[in-house]
Amino acid sequence: MADEKVLEIHHLSKTFGTNVVLRDIDFSVRAGDVTCIIGASGSGKSTLLRCINLLETPTTGEILYHDVDITDRKVSVPSYRTKVGMVFQNFNLFNNMTVLENCMVGQIKVLKKDKEEAKKKAMMFLEKVGMAPYINAKPRQLSGGQKQRVAIARALAMEPEILLFDEPTSALDPQMVGEVLAVMRTLASEGLTMIIVTHEMAFARDVSNRVVYMAGGVIEEEGNPADIFGNPQKSSTKEFLNRFMQG
Amino acid sequence: MSLPSDFLGRMLFILHEYGPSFLRGAGKTMAIAIVGTLVGCIIGFAVGIVQTIPVSKNDSFAKRFLLKTVKIISNIYVEIFRGTPMMVQAMFIFYGSSALFNFNMSIVFASYFIVSINTGAYMAETVRGGILSIDPGQTEGAKAIGMTHFQTMINVIMPQAIRNIMPQIGNNLIINIKDTCVLSVIGVVELFYATKGVAGAYYTYFEAFTITMIIYFILTFTCSRILRHWEKKMDGPDSYDLATTDTLAYTSGMVRFPDPKEKEDR
Ligand SMILES: Nc1ncnc2c1ncn2[C@@H]1O[C@H](COP(=O)(O)OP(=O)(O)OP(=O)(O)O)[C@@H](O)[C@H]1O
Ligand SMILES: [Mg+2]
Repeated sequence: MADEKVLEIHHLSKTFGTNVVLRDIDFSVRAGDVTCIIGASGSGKSTLLRCINLLETPTTGEILYHDVDITDRKVSVPSYRTKVGMVFQNFNLFNNMTVLENCMVGQIKVLKKDKEEAKKKAMMFLEKVGMAPYINAKPRQLSGGQKQRVAIARALAMEPEILLFDEPTSALDPQMVGEVLAVMRTLASEGLTMIIVTHEMAFARDVSNRVVYMAGGVIEEEGNPADIFGNPQKSSTKEFLNRFMQG
Repeated sequence: MSLPSDFLGRMLFILHEYGPSFLRGAGKTMAIAIVGTLVGCIIGFAVGIVQTIPVSKNDSFAKRFLLKTVKIISNIYVEIFRGTPMMVQAMFIFYGSSALFNFNMSIVFASYFIVSINTGAYMAETVRGGILSIDPGQTEGAKAIGMTHFQTMINVIMPQAIRNIMPQIGNNLIINIKDTCVLSVIGVVELFYATKGVAGAYYTYFEAFTITMIIYFILTFTCSRILRHWEKKMDGPDSYDLATTDTLAYTSGMVRFPDPKEKEDR
């Protein structure tokens, strides 16, 4: 059961006009995997994540979620998205709602839960990310790190099976990065399946059990973090990591 | 009874004599302006929302065709009604409806109708702009928790768009209060038409229109104040209560965060 592949990507390509952004991507995710995707800017990491969430429509290839190809027109995209949530670089909280409402609206409108139940669940996850005291605040009244923790709670409140993170700490001041990474560490240790695009190499090394290195729209190398960071096989990977470690 | 010899006296005289005419005129003006603005907003929202429905290549041909047709028709509507004077529209519609369709509108119905569709054309653009002004990140945030386009619109985008276009809605109401006077060409007895009647009775044009100036100003000024107040209310409080059960941890229980957006605005 633990070995079951929840997500399989086969021959995925994405082009914008004539610009080939992703080329023949193949990879799969097992339940409980924490996969970190690293790579230079413009290598297609965000696009890959957005394809998985169907915010972008793949040009060719298939994405199997529990053996069902979700690029098929017959599959309901919204209900798939309740199972595969996403956390964005810019938080994307709903500015017209309080912290609590942000975490309840999806449960009520999409999952059709009643208010009491939704509130209970929202509170549970807000507590987990340490934002319970701020339930009455509006997003504009919060710091970046606080916003991102609310965004994580909002995604968790849908009780997804997989959570995608697109550079969740890149828009944050250095002192706030830690608080968000701490939350993500907890989630990883609890066995949530996550795919994380990140530039936080130390985090990727310590928390993930798989690392994918992307360059120019292809997966150059993948493996467990010890191998990728300790003993990269490809020269391009080595070069990237060297450049990165120097800062 | 004879007309007083001084200006102020004549004004009071007309007011005394024709007060109810002014009031009825003002009432009709307000009724047309308010109904026209409300109905116009509804039309504007409908058209503005339709114009911002995204079409993707994955949609069926029928859906794409239908959307395209509706978008073209609504564009034509917006362009025509923004591009012609309301006074001419009033004549065109009032006389055209009986000439072309043999449909005799009552003057009052025609007034409501004309102001509504005219406002609708302006509001459509305003609503479209309001929707586009909301950062697309929030739409993605909503999609990512499984909301449909419709749910995203209702719960996330529209509440913010409406708040952002409140000043323009108010502006439209004020313009409508003033512009209903052009409907006097089809003979509806609103404030301007009523004043002309009053002024003609004793040839007291200056006096009568002084009163009418004042009435128009009171109407528009009151409306703009009320709307401003309403906007403030929609914004909600600038600070929030920290929710905590541990009263020892936060003795004051109240945190005032400076509102960065507020600062930028002012
Ligand atoms: N909507 C789009 N239309 C056209 N080109 C796009 C679009 N989105 C992304 N691209 C292009 O795709 C390429 C990959 O972009 P992507 O955002 O996936 O990179 P990334 O690896 O996430 O980079 P970063 O680390 O800077 O976030 C870039 O060259 C970008 O210009
Ligand atoms: Mg990116």
